[in-house]
Amino acid sequence: MTTDEINYKIQQIVDNKKNLPGALLPILHDIQHEFGFIPEQAISIVAYSLNQSDAEIFGVISFYAHFRMKQTGRHVIEICRGEACQSMGSGALEAAAQSQLNIEYNQTTKDNNFTLEPVYCLGNCACAPSVKVADKVYGRMNSEKFTKLTDTLATYKINVGELA
Amino acid sequence: MAITLFVPRDTSALSMGADDVVQALKFQCQDLTDDVTIVRNGSRGLFYLEPLVEVLTPKGRVAYGPVQIEDVESLLAQGLLNGNSDHPLYLGLTEEIPYLAKQQRLTFSRAGIIDPININDYIEHEGFSGLSKALAMFEQGSDNGQQKIVDEIKTSGLRGRGGAAFPTGIKWQTVLDAKSTSEAQQKYIVCNADEGDSGTFSDRLLMEADPFSLIEGMIIAGLAVGANQGYIYLRSEYPQANIILEQAINTAYQQNFLGNNIQQSGQKFDLEVRIGAGAYICGEETSLLESLEGKRGLVRAKPPLPAIEGLFGQPTIVNNVISLATIPTILAQGAQYYQDFGVGRSRGTLPFQLAGNIKQGGLVELAFGTTLAELINDFGAGSYSGVPLKAIQVGGPLGAYLPENQWATELDYEAFAKIDAVLGHGGIVAFDDTVDMTAQARFAMEFCVAESCGKCTPCRIGSVRGVEVINKMTKAQQQSENSAEELAELNTLLVDLCDTMVDGSLCAMGGMTPIPVRSIMNHFSDDFVATADKFNAKEIN
Repeated sequence: MTTDEINYKIQQIVDNKKNLPGALLPILHDIQHEFGFIPEQAISIVAYSLNQSDAEIFGVISFYAHFRMKQTGRHVIEICRGEACQSMGSGALEAAAQSQLNIEYNQTTKDNNFTLEPVYCLGNCACAPSVKVADKVYGRMNSEKFTKLTDTLATYKINVGELA
Repeated sequence: MAITLFVPRDTSALSMGADDVVQALKFQCQDLTDDVTIVRNGSRGLFYLEPLVEVLTPKGRVAYGPVQIEDVESLLAQGLLNGNSDHPLYLGLTEEIPYLAKQQRLTFSRAGIIDPININDYIEHEGFSGLSKALAMFEQGSDNGQQKIVDEIKTSGLRGRGGAAFPTGIKWQTVLDAKSTSEAQQKYIVCNADEGDSGTFSDRLLMEADPFSLIEGMIIAGLAVGANQGYIYLRSEYPQANIILEQAINTAYQQNFLGNNIQQSGQKFDLEVRIGAGAYICGEETSLLESLEGKRGLVRAKPPLPAIEGLFGQPTIVNNVISLATIPTILAQGAQYYQDFGVGRSRGTLPFQLAGNIKQGGLVELAFGTTLAELINDFGAGSYSGVPLKAIQVGGPLGAYLPENQWATELDYEAFAKIDAVLGHGGIVAFDDTVDMTAQARFAMEFCVAESCGKCTPCRIGSVRGVEVINKMTKAQQQSENSAEELAELNTLLVDLCDTMVDGSLCAMGGMTPIPVRSIMNHFSDDFVATADKFNAKEIN
């Protein structure tokens, strides 16, 4: 997408929602949903349309853990660090995941397959420890299951014809 | 012959492979002459048995669980479709499973039984009868219909289930009496569905298993105080709840339970889901309102109360999911019926959530007054790991860690306050003997560092200092020479710091963070900092 196309798309999203009471969060969600992150130029477009300052918009984006201004890997893996998960060994799981992927929290693997993020409670506390990828939660996670999960996620279907 | 199977679609069942089980069932049943329908119900809350597969038989629903994909073939071969008892996963009639049979389900009476997004199913199970009663109060008494509803809630003794336990009826009365400053006389109903406490999942389960009861409760709240706009502020960590809520709200609009002229009553109520963005503090009501207004979730000083100046400066009811979802039961069954459950000033039931290192984790709805020991032993069946339990944290990350000699305390708000603990939202997290209590105390502070909104100094800076002091204690202990004196000094410092946070913080985040820390210092003093070598050295520096 060219810069103009991106700007156009952002403006469309903003125009769709800007008349809602308290429109900013819904707008930011839509932008992040569209691009996977919030592109820098969105700040001034949103600010202008909502009659706010750039600083106010940036302040909101940076306040919330969910919003990000950088592209992630293909799969964002969130590991729950809540107490319920801790009591079931999430600490060991975090260590195993970090060493297996060779990254720390908020980093992306070199092959761009995985981004690892901490999350505080997925509400799956009775089947702890839990991990979330996109909208799917996995319960009773351990390091072996984690390896299987990442193997499955990293597998692509490629038609033989495309290789040529 | 037509056969009906039930496989839940709530987050926990899905996390344990419910979708795979459904696929396998569909695949294996496709050649049968019988017509097999699979209903995706909500979970019954018996999470240790998920995925729980049920089949409808003339005797009632028969359950099997936990079912994994590889069990499907043998289950079918051994008569799953007839409810046969030959399979090792056979559990008998669902209603007779002791874990469920021993509960007192009021708010969760439909959970797991109905298809969450089927409004007819809801109505057949007494759904909307609370709303009918509420609407009837308007017809009979003309001008005091609103007061009648509020009086009913007051009589029931319901206190907010979000944790602060403020009497719901009094909050509603304040909003009813408040004058809106806008010309449109706008008031709001806001549902706090930002269930961020670890160990709690009753809001999520309710929204995923019986979303119409929340919708009904919000409509009644709107009628009671004259508010025609509602928002459900749902955390972004609950995508499945969002999907189900959206489907339910659409259906409610189509069936004229939402929108203009609800069921030809002349009443109007609109409802919308708003998604949060990963900030624990937005579970605090004023910070939630800021977030709904499109700002950073910074807490507001109170007064003014949200009941008087809430969302966009207008009178607003902010209630938790469970509080609102309990309203239909109170109206349908009568305030006295609800009031008859419970002890002391804690009336009705609370959905307790058994989580963490527990063999049989799940949701247990019981009247107030039961004990932790009963929940842990009778329902939870002890630890998951098999190692004896050591500590139980009640009420989320800001709740106390209780040692075994406190497990007999009655679960009621006042009894918990007496032992410097909180019941909070009813979350119960069990830890076995391998737990490092120093790490848990340190984590409480660390969590506050990560999640403080930053508006007030005791919370913002206090939590950072808290982590530092505990780290220093750990270091001092490792360098055993002359450490006793230094440790004592640091201990005093930590006590002072906790006092400052309790007394000086603007909201419950900073004010309650010391609760888990103090409980560990008081009840697990032998362990506090004693197991320091378990720390990762890199983390300490």
